[in-house]
Amino acid sequence: MTELKRIIKAGFINFRRGGLVSFAAVLQVLNTLAVIVTIILLQAVLYSALSVIKDKVDVTIYFNVGAPEVQILSLKESLLKLPEVENISYTSADEAIRLFRERHASDYSTIAALDEIGENPLGATLNIKTKEISQYENIANFLKSDNALVLGSSDIINHSNYHDNKLVIERLKTIISGAQKLGFLLTLYLIISSIIITFNTIRLTIYISREEIGVMRLVGASKMHVRGPFMIEGALYGIVATFVTLALFLPVTAWLGRNMTAFLGLNLYNYYLSNFFQIFAIILLSGILFGVISSFLAVRRYLNK
Amino acid sequence: MIYFNNVSKIYKDAVALDNVSVTITAGEFVSIVGHSGAGKTTLTKMIVADENPSDGTVFFESINVHTLKNKDLTKLRRRIGVVFQDFKLLSNKTAYENISFAMEALGKTDLEIASDVPHVLELVDLSHRSHHFPSQLSGGEQQRLAIARAIINQPELIIADEPTGNLDSINTHEIVQILKKINDLGTTVILATHNRGIIDAIGKRVITMENGKVIRDTKHHK
Repeated sequence: MTELKRIIKAGFINFRRGGLVSFAAVLQVLNTLAVIVTIILLQAVLYSALSVIKDKVDVTIYFNVGAPEVQILSLKESLLKLPEVENISYTSADEAIRLFRERHASDYSTIAALDEIGENPLGATLNIKTKEISQYENIANFLKSDNALVLGSSDIINHSNYHDNKLVIERLKTIISGAQKLGFLLTLYLIISSIIITFNTIRLTIYISREEIGVMRLVGASKMHVRGPFMIEGALYGIVATFVTLALFLPVTAWLGRNMTAFLGLNLYNYYLSNFFQIFAIILLSGILFGVISSFLAVRRYLNK
Repeated sequence: MIYFNNVSKIYKDAVALDNVSVTITAGEFVSIVGHSGAGKTTLTKMIVADENPSDGTVFFESINVHTLKNKDLTKLRRRIGVVFQDFKLLSNKTAYENISFAMEALGKTDLEIASDVPHVLELVDLSHRSHHFPSQLSGGEQQRLAIARAIINQPELIIADEPTGNLDSINTHEIVQILKKINDLGTTVILATHNRGIIDAIGKRVITMENGKVIRDTKHHK
């Protein structure tokens, strides 16, 4: 316990006395943490944009005029049981004609033609949204499968617009998957390069102390007694850098929230505040881990004498 | 206490030690003298396993120093105090902390540290400089601080490698007197130096080295 207390105290003293060296190390960890926060925010923007695009994609099943509602609802129930389906909205034939009339209220010739027919020419529809854009094909396949036929749905389905939308869906699928892969690779690259730079900065601060590490060992200090304060110092780099990073991003996201929400499709300030504790935890943990692990590895090199 | 058995050390093409065999008994004051590159520092570094021999063995009591594992080596080093020509003080620690660090390394209590450190600082006449950093001390003061750090844990052996190399004659005299006093109290002292004047002033056993070999081993008195 006394040993631990001494190690922690020595770490704090070294950090305070480190002056410019500590400042430089904090600055570098801060850079890495700022990259991580930026990546978190960019991912949020990307996913928000992708989610808006995904929301615009759906598949509609058009039923024959006069198809029995019981059968349509039975098909809806069996579709809902599919794990890919997120939600299904049913529009009856009556609702469909009402909506049509509303949409074309100012188009007198269309309304007049409808009135001339006298009966409802529109059938009911089922509008299906899947969890992932890639799952629409499964729904189209289900409708063609035996399961759907058992329900007698082949007689009542007029057509679905999956094949009309297929090209758009496929293109979107490729774009979304590409954007996600690119985002992941970019994230990986930025995080790895930041970690390497941080590690090298901390290694440099410890390189300055390499002779002292040798002296400590010659004086008879155990490995932990030598390494401990450096690890505490490393943790302090992370903790201080965390608070500075989070403080810096408050005005930055506030500005982005005020001026860029329309462009980004997401209010980053609101996102930052509503996810503050998760971001805080990620950044703090990353900062401490960077500092401690980098120090641990850097000191190890000079300890084996 | 210390036994060098046919020890050689070869760096690439240069021979630092050439088949050296020396025995040092407990309580002795041994001066190792020779020009730069004679092998004095390499010989002293072997005792704390700061250098490994290319051939031969070094014993501290019955322990073969160079077969020790890290943990046991740490324990051995705690029994030896080392003083260097360039002091090797911890630059970001005060004079007090430099000494207390050596005690902490041995797991001494805060109470023991609070009682012993001021005492040893007084012994080397540095009480008034206890809160100064090494960079704020003169060369002589830094070397006295290094000696204070070396003796704080009452080691069985003190190794002083050119402890007066960077000091003027007054400070040199002071350091020699401190080392003699430590030896009088029963601690074995090994002093490596190229300064013949110091050897004459001490007047004890002198091992003369040249080109990595022991060429003379004499006991003489002032």
